This record gives sequence, C-alpha cells and structure tokens, in this order.
Amino acid sequence: MKARAFSYFRARTIDEALDAAARSGDEARFIAGGQSLVPALALRLQAPRLLIDINHIDDLSGVTREGEWLRIGALTRHCQMLTEPLIAQFAPLLRAAAPYVAHPAIRNRGTLGGSVALADPASEFPAVVLALGAEMEIAGPAGRRRVGADEFFVDLFETALAPGELLVAVHVPLFRANQRIAFDELARRRGDYALVGCGMIATVEQDLIADIRVALFSVGNVPTRARSVEAALAGACLDADRIAAAQAALDGDLAPDDSDDVPAAMRLHLARVLLGRLLGSLLGRLGETA
Amino acid sequence: MSRAGDLDEADDAVRVRMVVNGRKTACDVAPRDTLVDCLRNQLELTGTHAGCEMGACGACLVQLDGRAVHACLMFAVQADGARIDTIEGLAESGVIADLQAEFHRRNALQCGFCTPGMLMTAHDLLSHDARPDRETIRDALSGNFCRCTGYEAIVDAIAAVAEARTTKASQPAEGSSS
Repeated sequence: MKARAFSYFRARTIDEALDAAARSGDEARFIAGGQSLVPALALRLQAPRLLIDINHIDDLSGVTREGEWLRIGALTRHCQMLTEPLIAQFAPLLRAAAPYVAHPAIRNRGTLGGSVALADPASEFPAVVLALGAEMEIAGPAGRRRVGADEFFVDLFETALAPGELLVAVHVPLFRANQRIAFDELARRRGDYALVGCGMIATVEQDLIADIRVALFSVGNVPTRARSVEAALAGACLDADRIAAAQAALDGDLAPDDSDDVPAAMRLHLARVLLGRLLGSLLGRLGETA
Repeated sequence: MSRAGDLDEADDAVRVRMVVNGRKTACDVAPRDTLVDCLRNQLELTGTHAGCEMGACGACLVQLDGRAVHACLMFAVQADGARIDTIEGLAESGVIADLQAEFHRRNALQCGFCTPGMLMTAHDLLSHDARPDRETIRDALSGNFCRCTGYEAIVDAIAAVAEARTTKASQPAEGSSS
C-alpha cells in the first residue's frame, strides 16, 4: 500500500510549523519520527493533504534541567532515553521503559513527543509520563501552555492537543534519592505491543511508601492510573499482605474490553500478576540508598 | 520543495539531494515516495529490500546519518541533505566484510531476502556494543524477520565476529616498536 498524494513542507522553526498548520486547516499532519504515522499513511488510515516535517526544528531537541523539572524536547529519540545522562539521573523510569519500545531501528527514529502525542494506549511512554506526573508543553496559535499528564490523555488516540497545536517538550519532575521505580510488560514476543504493561514511581520515607503513582497500558482506551492501588499502598509498609491487597484493588481501576485474542478476564489477571511482580521488586529495594 | 499551501500540486516531483554510499546524488521524487522505493527504483540500489513496508520485518534497513533506520518508514523527501548508506555501500567499503564472511561460513542465510537487514542490524549493534552477549544480540535482531534459516546461525555469526574483532583490537599492532 502507498500513501495518498500529499504536499511536503520542512519547517525550520516552531512558528513556521504552526503557520503551515494554520493555513491548511485540518488537512495537515506533523511528522516527527514517523514510525507510526508512515504505516498509517501507507494503509490510508490517514490521508492528510500536507505533511509538515518537524525533524529539523532545533528548538524541539535537547534535554535540559529547569529548576525542579527535566525538560525533554519532543524530538528526543527513543534511543536517547538509553544514552542521555540527564535522563538516566533524573528520569530513570523513561530509561527503564525504553528497551521495551519496539525494536532498535524504530528507537533510532521514533520520538518521545510523537509517542506521547499519538497516545497509543498500548505504548510504553504515554503510561510512563502519566506515572511520572509529567507536564506537556504545547505550542499553538494562542501561545504556549502546559497540560498535566492526568488531563492530557483524553480518549483513544485523543489528547488535549487541539488541531494546529504542537507538542514541543515533556517536563518531568526530577527524580529524587528517596524514590524507587519499577517497569515491566508482558508481551508474546519481544518488541510486540504488550498484552499489559505497568510503570510506577514510589516515594519512600522511613521504609514506608509515602506516595506512589502507578500507570498501566494496554488495558483500555487510554493509559490508566491505578488510583485504587495507589490508595491501598499510600502510607503503608509494603509486605506480602499489602501487595495482595493492592492486586485485589486493581479490579476497581481497570475495566478492559474483551478482544479477539485476549478476553477481559485474562487481561485483568495478567495485570494483577504484573503488578504483584513489580511491587515485589520494589519491596526488595525500599531500604536501598540511591 | 513545495511551500505549505500548494495543496493542488501534491504529487509534483521535488528534487532531493543526498549523499548515498559516499556519492552526491540527486533525484526527483513525489513527496509520498518512500526512501526504499527511491533507492530501489530510481537509484537501482536493490540490495535494500521492500518487505512488509510497515516497519515490522527489517528487510529495508539502511543507515541514515550513521544509524540504522527503516527505509520504508520515511519518505525520500525527508532524506534531503542526509547521508544514506545502503548494504551496497557497506559491502563496497569493506566495513562488514567479516560479517558477510561469517554469515557465509555458517550458512546464516538461505534465500537471502532478510540478509541485508540482518547485516545492517549487526553492524549497528557492533558499532555501539563491541561485546554483546547472545541475549543482547537476539534482542537487537527482534525487529528482523527471517522466514527460512531461523536465527541460531545468525546469532552465532554475529557473536563470532564480535569475538574476533575484540581479540584483534586487543593485540598490539604488528611492526610497531614504540
């Protein structure tokens, strides 16, 4: 299959990209890494009249520390999650998730901004930015705004991004020494979309879980916070009973649909198993000094 | 290159300039032409194979500015100004001669359709990790489908080359006295 004919415009600045989008109404799409968009064009699931290439906009690149936040440019490639020292130090959950994202060649080209803006409910990074409580920096005709992850993911492939708006950076709260992370997913084959996946970040105080954010993916239309699980763990001393209680609480957070190959009950079961494993690994690391 | 707004001229050819396998190259493409189609049909570099055309099989891997990417997942027009190295370029330059020889010696191919992509992945891996373990090699190959040989001999070949290169690098250069 080949894409429908389109015009191509290579933007050099964010303003150029926004102007091009504004002038073409709903007929334009931004292309970053293109690792999901190009197949969608080839299959004609999408057929924009204009493709605005944002790969050459310098202001979309770079990882910088800004006060209590790490600003990660939207064009940061997945492979950079594995090599960028600031990400290793201040956003280790992104680094932990990166090896699970597709395959090496896809990671060489795919971008964090593209993955988050697409909001595929089976993708790793949208769930990770949700777990991290990240904020999305959005540029549009009306200027810049920041939207928290809890408000950003609206529905299936639908985000707070309005037509003509561009995601320019993801801001992540700096990782602290008393925090612990865990990430894993269950997939039939390495690199395939996960049957279920989960990322979490816990803040530990005197061996108690002061606060924890747990996000799952491949469990519904959007990456999903497990708020009942979080409530069951907050302020608690983590032990086997508490992990079992958290697993039971998961039933209140997820309502997956039956799909052709994965019944809802199976997906929920797998989510409980995965949650138990991750909390178990967290338990073993509570007393560590980072 | 068309300006934004020229929507009625969507399929008109645009001039793309790239450095392909070390040579300056220009060709005219429609914006919707993928890089793999441009390489194969216009530049007649048919070592880059078009398989699934959706980023799953790895047969179309090329190097874009030194990193392995799918030539089916980018449009040729996006490569304007870039350096592209195909399997032909890597073979001619000799940088993968030992990988090619080891694949041959171990029968790590049958029909050969996947082999250019396998070599691209192996080259990319060994460029960034001189001593990958077997699990790392298997993980690197997770995006390359082989439908006849199976993967065991391919993993063997890459592991053997990694070993040989490391051994060679650790030996003192011959004829050097200082």
